[in-house]
Parts: sequence; structure tokens; C-alpha cells
Amino acid sequence: MRVPPALLAGAAGLALVLSACTTDAPDDEAAEGTGLTPDEEWFDQEEFDAQLAQRDIEPEGDPEQPWLQAIEPEWTDTGEFAADDPGDSTVCFSNASVSNPWRVTGFITMEQQVEALQEEGRIGEFRVSDAADDDNQQISDIQAFVDAGDCDAIIISPSTTATLTPAVETACESGVPVIVFDRGVNTDCMVTFIHPIGGYAYGADAAEFLVDELEPGSTVLALRILPGVDVLEHRWAAAQTIFDDSELEVLGFEFTGGDGAQIKDLVSQHLQRGSVDGIWMDAGDGAVAGLEAFEDAGQPYPVIAGEDELSFMRKWDEEDITAIAPVYSNFQWRTPVLAASMILAGEEVPSEWVLPQEPIREDELPDYLERNADMPSLHYAKFGGEDLPGFPEAWTDR
Amino acid sequence: MTAPASPSPSAPPPAPKADAPRRGPLGALSSLPRGGTATVALLLLLIFVVIATQNPSFFEGPPLMGFGKKAAPLVILAVGQYLVIVSGEFDLSVGSLVGAQVVVAARLIDGDEAMTWPVLGLMVVFGLVVGLVNGLVTTLLKVPSIITTLGTMLILFGAVRYWTGGAPTGALSDAFRVPGRNGIENVPVLHQIPWALLIAAAVVVAGVLVMRSPYGRTLMATGDNDTAAAFSGVRVWSVRTLAFMASSLLATLAAVLIGGYAGVTAQVGQGLEFTAITAVVLGGVVLGGGRGTVLAAALGALTVEALFTLFNQLYLPSTIQPAAQGLIIIAAVAYASRRGELRLPGRPLRRPDHPTGHSPGSSRR
Repeated sequence: MRVPPALLAGAAGLALVLSACTTDAPDDEAAEGTGLTPDEEWFDQEEFDAQLAQRDIEPEGDPEQPWLQAIEPEWTDTGEFAADDPGDSTVCFSNASVSNPWRVTGFITMEQQVEALQEEGRIGEFRVSDAADDDNQQISDIQAFVDAGDCDAIIISPSTTATLTPAVETACESGVPVIVFDRGVNTDCMVTFIHPIGGYAYGADAAEFLVDELEPGSTVLALRILPGVDVLEHRWAAAQTIFDDSELEVLGFEFTGGDGAQIKDLVSQHLQRGSVDGIWMDAGDGAVAGLEAFEDAGQPYPVIAGEDELSFMRKWDEEDITAIAPVYSNFQWRTPVLAASMILAGEEVPSEWVLPQEPIREDELPDYLERNADMPSLHYAKFGGEDLPGFPEAWTDR
Repeated sequence: MTAPASPSPSAPPPAPKADAPRRGPLGALSSLPRGGTATVALLLLLIFVVIATQNPSFFEGPPLMGFGKKAAPLVILAVGQYLVIVSGEFDLSVGSLVGAQVVVAARLIDGDEAMTWPVLGLMVVFGLVVGLVNGLVTTLLKVPSIITTLGTMLILFGAVRYWTGGAPTGALSDAFRVPGRNGIENVPVLHQIPWALLIAAAVVVAGVLVMRSPYGRTLMATGDNDTAAAFSGVRVWSVRTLAFMASSLLATLAAVLIGGYAGVTAQVGQGLEFTAITAVVLGGVVLGGGRGTVLAAALGALTVEALFTLFNQLYLPSTIQPAAQGLIIIAAVAYASRRGELRLPGRPLRRPDHPTGHSPGSSRR
């Protein structure tokens, strides 16, 4: 008997579906796609508690310059790295990539900060390598900086944690001060590690808002970008913990790749099956597409936690949506070059430099929209570069 | 179920058809209805039934129209990909082209309604130029199309990244978004008939008509055996170049619908070329050219979308979709290969400039 190719392929696909079904769905809750117990690999109760507490700690430093504030800093002496003439020193930066709008916004902010520091004679040359999200490339980029031997400070934004750890250690061993920011590595050899509070605080800000704003028994859909990235996994683990203690019904979570079409389709499908009262996102890319699914289905907007991306914040303002913008402080990109200039001047820096990370709430929305009025829609409101040279053209003409 | 390559001895010998390829014992199988239109339709029905068991409201009208709206761009891309594949080539550049077109449109329109038509015109020109370059590099410079269009894919991806610094700027106008987002409103039962669905249907009809025209027959003949086609007076290079241009033009149309559907995100268009190829292959269109119908390719696109919808209904992570696509491609190609129909582009015996390269005793196919 003839077996048509389409049937053969389809049968294979269906077999895949059905086998996944039988192995992954031991009970009804799992069949609905979500258990609310965080994956142990990504949940550290101690760190979770610490980050949630850090949200309420008053950071040291000038509130007008949050990129120089620090939460409970332990200061490290850097006198041994002081340069005779910081204006002649070379700062080298190994960037993981500029592969998403958040990193692009941050990198522009960093470049403008460099320009300001160069004008003040606090650093000299700024040398950048971009690894395009490739671990191996970044390892060789860092090695090249070490081999060249003329970097007076090395800044690293690691692409992944474990793989980049030996490369960071190599950089430390060369005797040059090393500054790590954004994602972490499993070593403390660097002079300073700079990051906002973290993923648990981000996920908790969003989840707590939904719990506060929604009636008990309301339904929540979680939209995630990708599995396996620590800062994103921590956001979801925190949300799971908080939803588990609430009376909200979590419909499930979906991976979207940050693709607007995928987000709109997924939300539309959920709306076809029943009401969705709240949306939790691990990153706000494509939040507007999710809201449009409600518009197109003729349903009222959900309570939503997006991010401080302007497309979402503008929609929030125009449609008067009940929303919050959790923030992974984009202004952190200023801090590493400032730290480099401080180290080259022999000033103390925090050994772990925890920057404030405050969500944007409704009362602050008009202020942030006004400050960013000229900015493109995929720009991040808390980029913190309003006082830098080149504002606003450097960010608008990207 | 009998293995496809060994027909049951008790089965009556199939009646030979005039156009059936004669390739020894396996040729008999190929004489059965080709293209897989009926079988892919059956598979689509099967997936719909499973979806209905998961979500009975799927067939209530609006959800079905929503499905159509989402699937329309892929149907259009599949028709374009079909034209290229049936001529014996591949077009891997369509995903990047969709992304580039949406990002460029957003930047040039920047929310200004008056710019909608000029930018649409520019997008058509840009699409045609990309197709022309793909076609000419493949046919005149003899670069295998898998390499040509891979190059184009990377060039477009990189150029757009470079131009925008990685983050798209600007916004699409409301008028631009109408075809992808709106439709005929207040229709009984269905509520809304999406423009996207009507546009996709028109593209399929146009595709069917093109394949029945002299050009379509020439295209099919070129994919089937370009040496023979060249000997019988077909200008193979121009026939194939036109197919590439049609594919890029349809990718441009898909970009208008996708941009309209969901607006601008940095990821728009990523991976669509593989989804389109999966759709075409699932429709039973033979990689290597010369077999398959437009309708089967379009049904293949609907089937892929339905399968992804089913994955969502079952709460399978969307991360499994690439694996499923890979499985479908391998299963379909393996099957075609067992039927002896697979002819990947680039085999020497099909090169029109080496008409004598084919040794008479060859049994490779």
C-alpha cells in the first residue's frame, strides 16, 4: 500500500506530539502546562530572599545618579592600579553582543559615557570587541586583550556564566584590573562585579503587581522569551513562587522568542479558549503585540507587567491600561566605564556593585514618557543618559 | 502496512499514465496521483480533528478566521518557495527578506500615513531586485542556489543589523497595517473575514493559473530536467530567475501582512525560510524540482501552522517546533528518496552546460 509522504511526515509529527503528551503530563496540572514549583536548578531561596530585601534598602549615593549608587557596598582599595596619567590609559571592553534592543540602548549609553570621560581626561582610548553571542569568540577576544598587553583595564560583559569563567580568570591573572557587569561568572577575581539587583527582584515586581491588582481566582498567562538563560529563569522562578502563594490561576507559560507575531498568536489562542485577566512577561519585547490580541478579539485589556521599553509604555499611557514596567536597569552600562576611571584614579569601588532596580509605576509614567519623547519605540526608558554628551541624537539616530 | 518500496504482489498493476516517469519497478508507484494534494489535505483534516478535541471552540468562526490570518503569510511564502523549488532550486533568503522589509518600512514610514504608498512601492522594487540578484547569481554565475540564497540571507540580516544598530526604529502607519490586521467586519458567524486570508487565497489562485500557463509548464520542465528543457529551446536562466523574483515579491507581500499583524519587533522574519520549505515539502513537492502542485504547497503551509497551533493547545514548549520541522523535512525527503524521486540541485547530469555528462548506464536516480 502506498504511504503518501505527507501522511508519513505528519504521522511522525503526531507521534512526537503524542509521546510528549504521555511522558510530560502525569497529572492534570502538568497537562495544563504549568507547575508552580520553581525548577531547583534556577531557584536559590537565600538569593531570592536577599534580592527581595534589597529592593527596600536605601542605596548609598546620589539618587540623581542611580548609576553611581550602590546597595550595601563593601569598598575595595584599588590604589595598586592607579595610573600616572589616566588620560593616556587604554580601557578595553569585551562585549557579549549588541543582538537585542536592550543591549543596543545600553551600548550607546556606554559610548556616550566614554566620550564624557575622555573629554574630562579620565580615560584615554576605549577599545571594543563584540563577540556576537559566541562564547568561543569572546574567549579569544579576551585573550587578545591580554596578549596585546596594553589594556590598563578590561571590562567584560560575559555571554554565558560558566563558559566565560576561565577567560575572566585569565584576564585577572594578567594583573590588569577586571570589571565584570550584567551577567555574572563563577569567580571573584575581578575588582568589581556590577549588576542591578537581579532576576528574582524583576520577576517578583511583576508578579506582586498582578497579585495586588487582580481579584482572587483571576487567570494569568505567562510569556517567556527563552529557556536556560539565568537572568530570565530567575524572573520566572520568582514569579512561580509568588503566584503559588496567591489565589490567581496561572493558565500556563509559553516561550515566544520575543517575536511579536508569535506572542500575538499565542495570546489570541488563549483568548479563544477563555478569559485572560493578567499577563506576566519575563521581558517586555512584544508586549504591544500581546495587547493587540485583546484589541482584535474585542476584549478588555488585561492587567499587564511589561518592561520599560517605550513601545509598551506609550501604549500603556494611550490606552490607560493597568500596568507596571519592571526594569533591568539599562543605565548599568554607564557604571563599568565610570568604575574603570575610578580604578585608574586609585579610588575605592564596591567589590560587588549592586545598582538600584526600581520598576516604573503609573505615577512615574508621564515623567519617563516626557523625558524620552524623541526616542524610538524599542528604546528603554531607564537608560539614564539624559546628561551625557550627544543626548538625544546619539540614541535617536541609531 | 506495506513498505512503500515493495508493493504487495497481490495488488493489481497500476495503470500507467502518460506522464509517469518510468524508472523500473519503482516507477509504478509514481504513477499514482502526484503532488500529495489529497494526502496533505487529509493530514490537515486529521490535525484539525485533534485540535477540535482539545479546543472545541476552534471551529466557531472567529478562532478559525484568526488561524487563517496567522497562516496567510506562510501560505504566500510557501507559494513563492514552491515556484523556486519546482524549478529545481531553493530560496533561503525569504525570512531575512521579510525581516528587512518590515524593519526598513518601519524606519521609512515612521508613523507617517502619507508615506505608506511610496514605501510599499519601494518595498516591491527592493523585493524584485533581491530576487533578480538571487536568480542571476544562481543561473549565470552557476553558484548553487542553496549557497546564493544563504549568502543573501546573511547579507540582508547583517545589513539590517548594521543599519539599525540591532534595534529597529520608527513605526508602521495604520494604513500599512490594515491588510495584515483588519478585514471585512460584521460578517455573520465569522465576525471578520481577514484581508490576509483573501490575499493568500488570491495568491494561491494566481499560482495555480501561473502553473497552468506556458510559463508554468516551462518551469516544471526545467525543474524536471533542465538539460532536456535547454535542448528544447527553454532559456533556463530566465525561467529560473523569474521564479526567484516571484519568490522575493511574495516574501515582500508576506512582510506587509506580518508587519501588519504584529507590528515591528527585532525578531520578525527569523526562521521563516525553513518553515516555508517545511510547508512545501510537507505538501509533497519534491526537492530537486519537477513535481508537486501549488495547492499542495499551500495546504502544506496550513498543515504546518495547524501543527504549531496543536503544539500550543497541548502546551508543548514552542522550542520543540524546530525539532518537529526537522523531523518533517527528513521524513518527507527520505520518503521521496525511497520513491526514487529525489534529485537535489547540482547533480552534474542535470547541468545544461554539460549535456553529455550523463552516462547512459547511470542508475543514480
